[in-house]
Amino acid sequence: MLQAIADIVKLDGAEKHFGAVRALNGVDFHVGAGECVGLVGHNGAGKSTLMHMVAGTLRPDGGQIAVRGNQEASYSVARALELGIRCVFQELSLCPNLSVAENTRINHPALTGFGWRRRAADLIRAKLNEIFPDHGISADDIAGDLSIGRRQMVEVARAFTLTREPLHLVILDEPTSSLDAHTAGQLLSFVRRFVAAGGSCILISHVLGEVLQNADRIVVMRDGKVVAADAASAFDRDRLVAAMGGAEGHHKAAAEARKTEPGALRVRARPARQQDGKELVARAGEIIGLAGLAGHGQTDLLLAIFSAASRARAGIEVTAPVALVAGDRQSDGIFSQWSIAQNIGIRSLARLRSGVLISPQREAELAEAWKKKIGIRTPDMNNNIYSLSGGNQQKALFARALGSDAEIVLMDDPMRGVDIGTKLEVYDLVREEAAKGRTFLWYTTETEELDNCDHVYVFKNGRIVANLRRDELTEEKIIQSSFGDAA
Amino acid sequence: MTAIAPGTVPKASPRGSAARARMLRGLLPALSLALVLIAIAWLNPRAISYFGFNLMLNLAIPIALATIAQMFVIAGNELDLSIGTFVGFVGCVTATWLRDAPLIGILVLIGSIGVYALLGALIHLRNLPSIVVTLGMSFVWQGLAILVLPKPGGKAPDWLLSIMSFKPPYVPFPILAALLIAAVVHFGLMRTSYGVILRGSGGNAAALRRAGWSLLKTKIVLFALTGLFGVLSGMALIGITTSADANIGNGYTLLSIAGVILGGGEFVGGRVSPIGAVLGALTLALAASPLLTFMHIPPDWQVAANGAILIIVLAARVLISRRER
Repeated sequence: MLQAIADIVKLDGAEKHFGAVRALNGVDFHVGAGECVGLVGHNGAGKSTLMHMVAGTLRPDGGQIAVRGNQEASYSVARALELGIRCVFQELSLCPNLSVAENTRINHPALTGFGWRRRAADLIRAKLNEIFPDHGISADDIAGDLSIGRRQMVEVARAFTLTREPLHLVILDEPTSSLDAHTAGQLLSFVRRFVAAGGSCILISHVLGEVLQNADRIVVMRDGKVVAADAASAFDRDRLVAAMGGAEGHHKAAAEARKTEPGALRVRARPARQQDGKELVARAGEIIGLAGLAGHGQTDLLLAIFSAASRARAGIEVTAPVALVAGDRQSDGIFSQWSIAQNIGIRSLARLRSGVLISPQREAELAEAWKKKIGIRTPDMNNNIYSLSGGNQQKALFARALGSDAEIVLMDDPMRGVDIGTKLEVYDLVREEAAKGRTFLWYTTETEELDNCDHVYVFKNGRIVANLRRDELTEEKIIQSSFGDAA
Repeated sequence: MTAIAPGTVPKASPRGSAARARMLRGLLPALSLALVLIAIAWLNPRAISYFGFNLMLNLAIPIALATIAQMFVIAGNELDLSIGTFVGFVGCVTATWLRDAPLIGILVLIGSIGVYALLGALIHLRNLPSIVVTLGMSFVWQGLAILVLPKPGGKAPDWLLSIMSFKPPYVPFPILAALLIAAVVHFGLMRTSYGVILRGSGGNAAALRRAGWSLLKTKIVLFALTGLFGVLSGMALIGITTSADANIGNGYTLLSIAGVILGGGEFVGGRVSPIGAVLGALTLALAASPLLTFMHIPPDWQVAANGAILIIVLAARVLISRRER
């Protein structure tokens, strides 16, 4: 019985179904005190459902949940908070209309009465300073004004603030998906300190290296079941990928040498704040990477190129139609009331027209073709876009761009929070399309993705500071240029 | 305009431009009010006096209260299309029962606030569109008002008449009342810790539920507050007009919505401003008839001119909001 008491939380035979879909199929899961458990698996493997159960936002249809050895019959969010279990959800859950301090107040019923604003501000400021030194966030900032990375920093810091309720277990669902390498490192080292001090943590991430390096134990899920669970030291990258399934047969993109004969000029762009002569040049059939710390002008340049395609702009030359795959898909990518097919067709309306109306038949044909090609997992393309998991929503956005007449595809860190199986499929597709002559401009916060690129431009403070060919590309070089003074 | 009041905006932060644009937007209600006042002063300097303000802003208090009422539902991403006929109903009760049988009158008014709270619960539990529910309720309130007072008449209670004709020294009463309303509601909604929860329910309801708050309760509280300020608006209106009519408040529905938006509020997202809403209501009250009368616009055209002023101010707001992006 000793084991049961040392466990912060323990689920036995947890089950959950949504209609005919079995999201969880009898899962046993436990987290011990002072332990960091890594949880990996494809999107749709049931990780989020399981975490919603631990956090109390979903009730299991079967099975039992015990906290510190006590069976919890009527488990809820309020009860979970009372027991010191908190969750940072993948979808950002700040109120955009409230300030950082006010958002902190929402998670703390104890922050009330005279002077609560000052106490809330002090609380979140201290925690932000502790986790992310030099974060540049003020407690008075309105959450909606912050960049997506800063919002994620606030949300993580908020989960670790302490008032009346105890804090034993924090669930981090993709906590680094919008953070650059530097802040992600700050967060992960804080998590290690937190665990070393006796706290527990569940770390969900699609960046397998993060999980391998920071978790004590790793649990792998597939199709609503736990398929492997072992000490982190017993896993390596290949074994993890094999356990998750579906990704075998792919190998590192860098291994494949691609033809490099230069095609026609597609884009020539100079960032607005560039002072020297450096500029970004992209030719037909090239995949160009945009690297550097998050928020250093990569997205701005992509958007400038996008608008230059329809209206001439100084310093930017674009010679072919352009499509953009948005990074913040909830706010910039998806039409939430529309079906999957409509979401795909919107960039190609001219081709889908018959007379003055949109032909539903042609729209369905386009959608069906891309469903097969890119592997969107749905019974019916006329379902609402939100019926898809996050990774499949992102595939639909890729289908929108690739199904259009655009010869230049701009990608604004589109793989954020997408599982590795989907990523590998999309990488293959991008290379395939590039071989056919399309040009890709790819901003990413994950260094591994840059292996797919022919050229990488490193950004700092809105300027290009380095231009690396694939054969001279290493993580050290990128970090060196991102942090270097030679800007 | 949101929680940040002009002047407290952090200056050198990276979000400086967004904050500046927000401050500009927060100042817009004050600017439009100033513009209307300057126009009036230019057209008729004598109107800018203690007596002139008393006269011009006569009806501003009930409009401001109705606007605040509307602001509470808008803070929760809902809309109340029944506030106008509700104000009319309250007016009829005030001019009859509240004078003749005060106990019954008070009970009816408290009961009507309870009805608002129940509407909030119904809208939340059954996930109904508030526009439909409140549109239906607008006919219910109208019918009840006609039942209470079939033809125009009745008389306001004496205590209410004396409150509304109060003449403080130096500052005209409507301005004093507007300051008081704005200060009380600003404190309650923007500064208290539960006010944060109420606004958060409009900003990101899912986040609130995950933090363990009851969305049913926030919706009930917001609707009950709407009912409360609707009651205050109806009583203030009868205190000024002295007698009632079942149709007396019908124009208030759209006036109150326009006032909230003019004051920097938004239909969704929990972005509202009590101070802005009161300023918006004052602007509307002034632009409604005094300004247009001084401009010698014939009464036939005043309603259309009023609409044109609304469009101009709201267009300016959209331009500033666009700069925020």
